[in-house]
Amino acid sequence: MRTKKLLLTGAHRLAILAYIVFALFPLFWLLKVSVTPNDLLYTEGVRLWPSRTTFEHFEFVLTHSASPIFFRNSLIVSGATALVVTILASLSGYALSRFTFRGKYWIVALMLVTQMFPLVMLVAPIFKMLSPLGLTNSLTGLVIVYTAFNMPFATFLMQSFFDGIPKDLEEAAMIDGATQFMAFRQIILPLTLPGIAATLGFVFTAAWSELLFALMLISGNDAATFPVGLLTFVSKFAVDFGQMMAAGVMALIPACLFFLLIQRYLVQGLTAGAVKG
Amino acid sequence: MDASVISYDTRPDRRPLLQRIAHASEPYLYSAPALILIVAVMLVPLVLGISYAFRDIQILNPFSGGFIGLDHFRELSKDQSFYRALKNTLWWTGGSVFLQFIFGLILALLLDKPFYGRGLAQALVFLPWAVPTFLAGLNWAWLFNPVIGPLPHWLYALGILSAPNNILSDPQLAMWGPIVANVWWGIPFFAITLLAALQAIPRDLYEAAAIDGAGPAQRFMSITLPFLAPTIAITVLLRTVWISNFADLIVVMTNGGPADRTQIVASYIFTQAFKRLDFGYASAIALVLLVLLLVYSMLIVLLRQTLLNRG
Repeated sequence: MRTKKLLLTGAHRLAILAYIVFALFPLFWLLKVSVTPNDLLYTEGVRLWPSRTTFEHFEFVLTHSASPIFFRNSLIVSGATALVVTILASLSGYALSRFTFRGKYWIVALMLVTQMFPLVMLVAPIFKMLSPLGLTNSLTGLVIVYTAFNMPFATFLMQSFFDGIPKDLEEAAMIDGATQFMAFRQIILPLTLPGIAATLGFVFTAAWSELLFALMLISGNDAATFPVGLLTFVSKFAVDFGQMMAAGVMALIPACLFFLLIQRYLVQGLTAGAVKG
Repeated sequence: MDASVISYDTRPDRRPLLQRIAHASEPYLYSAPALILIVAVMLVPLVLGISYAFRDIQILNPFSGGFIGLDHFRELSKDQSFYRALKNTLWWTGGSVFLQFIFGLILALLLDKPFYGRGLAQALVFLPWAVPTFLAGLNWAWLFNPVIGPLPHWLYALGILSAPNNILSDPQLAMWGPIVANVWWGIPFFAITLLAALQAIPRDLYEAAAIDGAGPAQRFMSITLPFLAPTIAITVLLRTVWISNFADLIVVMTNGGPADRTQIVASYIFTQAFKRLDFGYASAIALVLLVLLLVYSMLIVLLRQTLLNRG
């Protein structure tokens, strides 16, 4: 009996370990090639760690390429999108959580529909709509598009966090003479800080990763976000693997930071999103 | 719900009219900014896109823009690349969803019971989900590249490949590249969703079953699976729709090649819009894709209804 239990535990840990190795190996390889000196790149191709390491690729990417601009553009776009979405979604999520009103059913239906149809359908019409407004090739245009795309999910996410807070709290405040908006701002919002952090993280990561609309709407380096920049970098310097992977490692950093921040709320958040849309 | 609203409305309201209007409009004020954005940036372009499907819209051709009826659809019905893309979409979606689901379910079961270091293990195995998709695509493309990546050499050593070549340039095998990348990237989503559902199963059910002499396999079949079934159904349905539209990995890794072997409908739409700037034709394909997805969703809902009625 005891040996059987030990065997089972061993198999369980081994399986977990296999999953961890599978999850981390590609990222490890990215890091490995980014610190491998050029002269060892091909001679030590399949070695797990190079005999010498260097940071020259990172140095080159930071000083001789447009990567810092891409990085800055991506930070601006993702940061602004995350901020605007979180503010607007906490308002709409609050409305869905606390009010019963005639249009509620239609609002929820509209938001669900937007989650179902292929966004790639919108590539052409959005380009045609934004171009006369001067919003193609501009970071503002990207922020507007990403804000709308992330709004439905963020609204449901915030709603699920508001649902977890008892109604008595703001009812008590309103008996004491506060308006509903005051109660919302001063009592409910501070209690939803974890939800706000999770929404910020989700939206930031989504905007940081978006590729197709950025490719379509942005041409030229000045307004390119990291995905667009990295892809042009790849096609331009198709042989300089060390530098490309160094740029890749840099693109990974903000996403991983945000992931660590929201990791705790992941199960809760994705469940809310999965159930509702 | 409706009854309470009506009874509330018929009660004589003695507050001034302005205050009543303010009260009734309050939820709309909260949701207005979000709604306006969604309508302007998603709903209006959707309607526009549907209208483009019946018009000749090419960005490089200043004389285009006229109404051409069903011409795009006639062209589409003869377009061999489109049929191939349709077939590839089935293969891409089916393969990705199946593997993501199986490995995600196993991972969720492994993480369900507490063990020393579970928090850390969970953070590490969920990490791929945070990797931007374009980077996941590039990363796997590099791993499959024999010049820089180990995978072709390992697969060759194991006897799976006859030579250490890049499978992304082999028409027979190329689709496996994006599928593997997609599975790597998508396992965490399934695992997280299923894990949340697993942890909602009351623990005493298992204890009662164990006392009654049910073995682990029996407990899994008669407790775990029935409890998970609704979550599995909705997650698989949503992910199927989502993955069939998910073109990023393919655009990054193979761009549809070699010889269109990895072109799915979504990446075909993007190529038509982005490379050929033929917005009319791209919108026509998109409309067909939308109709197919609607039919699929309705079939699933109908199937579920019949199964529920029979049960």
